[in-house]
Amino acid sequence: MVRQSRKVPLVVVRSGDHVRIVSVPSGKLRTQFIRLGINEGERVVCLERLPGGTIVIQKNRQQIALGHQLARQVIVQMESARNEEN
Amino acid sequence: MGQATEKNSGMRPTAEGKPLAHVEKHFHPGVPRLERETEKTTVALVGNPNVGKSVVFNYLSGLYVDVSNYPGTTVEINRGVFENYVVYDTPGVYGISSFSDEESVTRDIVLDADLVIDVVDATHLERDLFLTQQLVDMGKKMIVVLNFMDEVKRQKVEINVERLQHFLGVKVIPTIAVRKVGLDELKQSLPDAREGTQREELHSLLHTMLSRVGSQAEALLVLEGDPYVAARHGISPGTHQERIYIDRRNRVNYIVNHVVVDHATSMQLSGLLGRWAMKPLTGVPMLLTSLYLLYLLVGKFVAQDIVDLTENQLGKGIWEPWLRSAIVSLMSWPPWLEALLVGEFGVLTMTTTYLLFLLLPLVIGFYVALALLEDSGYLPRLATLVDRLLNFLGLNGRAVIPLILGFGCVTSATITTRLLGSEREKTIATTILQFAIPCSAQLAVIAALLAGAGFAPLVVYVSVILAVLISIGTLLNRLMKGESAPLLIDLPPMRLPRFRNVARKTSVRTYQFMKEATPWFFVGALVVGMLQITGLLDAWQRALMPVTTRWLQLPPEAATAFVMGIVRRDFGAAGLYSMMFSPMQIVVALVTITLFVPCVASLMVMLKERGVKQGVLIWAGTWIVAFAVGGIVSHILI
Repeated sequence: MVRQSRKVPLVVVRSGDHVRIVSVPSGKLRTQFIRLGINEGERVVCLERLPGGTIVIQKNRQQIALGHQLARQVIVQMESARNEEN
Repeated sequence: MGQATEKNSGMRPTAEGKPLAHVEKHFHPGVPRLERETEKTTVALVGNPNVGKSVVFNYLSGLYVDVSNYPGTTVEINRGVFENYVVYDTPGVYGISSFSDEESVTRDIVLDADLVIDVVDATHLERDLFLTQQLVDMGKKMIVVLNFMDEVKRQKVEINVERLQHFLGVKVIPTIAVRKVGLDELKQSLPDAREGTQREELHSLLHTMLSRVGSQAEALLVLEGDPYVAARHGISPGTHQERIYIDRRNRVNYIVNHVVVDHATSMQLSGLLGRWAMKPLTGVPMLLTSLYLLYLLVGKFVAQDIVDLTENQLGKGIWEPWLRSAIVSLMSWPPWLEALLVGEFGVLTMTTTYLLFLLLPLVIGFYVALALLEDSGYLPRLATLVDRLLNFLGLNGRAVIPLILGFGCVTSATITTRLLGSEREKTIATTILQFAIPCSAQLAVIAALLAGAGFAPLVVYVSVILAVLISIGTLLNRLMKGESAPLLIDLPPMRLPRFRNVARKTSVRTYQFMKEATPWFFVGALVVGMLQITGLLDAWQRALMPVTTRWLQLPPEAATAFVMGIVRRDFGAAGLYSMMFSPMQIVVALVTITLFVPCVASLMVMLKERGVKQGVLIWAGTWIVAFAVGGIVSHILI
């Protein structure tokens, strides 16, 4: 629970981490984020973190992949890790 | 359907049934509107990608279907007629606006339709209802099809259909489309299509805009900042997009929370498979396995076994001799004309053999493979897996789609580079396609030639082409200004492809391809035939002699293949088919012909997509790189 309430870029989370979206980048992609349901305040799980930082997040049954550059710009708040030694 | 009969050309009823007289002004140059039937009710079939829309479409339309490209675009539109309805299948989209050609086409079909059938993946309500709610907000008469109810049950999820119906204000029909469950009810329910519940937040916004635009659907799109719809009405696009979108997203989340109860505990196998497809450790073996299976299907079964049967037995064994004797016995031809018609490069003999007995089976094989990849939901996961790698070439994972499509037809793949986010990516992907990706017909000939040459030539060929591909991408990424757009994609669930959909996609695409390719083959055969008769072919061979025989160390006739390759790539590779080479000469010839200029059709599309300057630059570049790399390989190997 040490990591709780830390705000970090999405690119650093590990698979299994539960996070809350704090901010998504502005601009053209923002609309796409909202359509896909990744707006501020949503809770998501990091399903996979691929080598190089490509991130796959899951919100309920929906899975979305983000490139590492984008994952750096999405700020999230750690909620809990699936297990601490993960 | 009382209002269906009131229509006449140029007059379009709004949702309220009042005709609009200013339809002509609605044209925008990029995407002209479809001509509408005057008598029948038009139905737009709308939904996110991979929600079973085409299964519903097949059921509704039955046998009477035609396929066309939407005017001014490359977007394929299926149109079917049943009873008193004309139904249009639209491309899968996540929302309606002008982000892409697909969205623009869907937008215009929806705007023109009398009613909308919205197909929703019941296992992905959160994603899909965003589009549904947008259609409700547009005030379209509609019916919602809640598909994949069997999967919902299997995943131990409950959906309260009554309540969903209440929230949306329109009829919701649960279906299992592939088993035809619920589809008859859908057909019977079309007269019950109605407008959904208008949300209060939107009411006042819409009210002011409505007086200026005339239809609620268009008013909403203008408010959401759609530049094209706004331009049609001569007003500036609205600035409320983010507010409306966030409101809509919250509304959808609210609905989902009150409608869906999730009892699920564990991951499904298809979910696991989908995850494995993205992790390098499991994803790379999966990719290699799929590629190997596809190679067995396309490269071995079709390209070797079937083509051997059709090309050699049917084409060269039966068809060509028969045609030749039939033509010769018809009358006494001047020798040059006889050669032109039924000679070595005969317009009638070689062209039909190439087209029907070589190309057709190959193209069918390839499109089957492509449809399987698409319908299984594998491509987006592949895009995720390779995203980081493609970043080095200045591309994101999505570019894997045009690049893979390029193995089918470089021409159509060049068009799909449009789905990439920036001009920079489009240029890089187009260049890679035009240089280093052999198309299916060419690939099949390559596969057949390499299969005869042994393992080492295969390895050399693949490594050289890969090296060129990587160098081009890396170089362009370094040299070009700006940054490429990052990856952001939705991963649809993995599903078993349905036979009927694969068959339909394959037949439609094969037909389009053959229709496009056939004239070029006749032109090509005619040109080569004329060159041969006039002696220009010999002259060209002599002119290229230093390059072909000294630099590339190939027999002089190989120059013929290069002439043919200018017309069509596969045509050029097919020209190599009949020549006698040593295994290493095969590698050199194939490397050169692969890197050599794209076909005329491809060049035309590239000039259109990338502009004359860039297009010509890329085209000229392929000459230089092809002969340079071919020569270097030749001097190392031979």
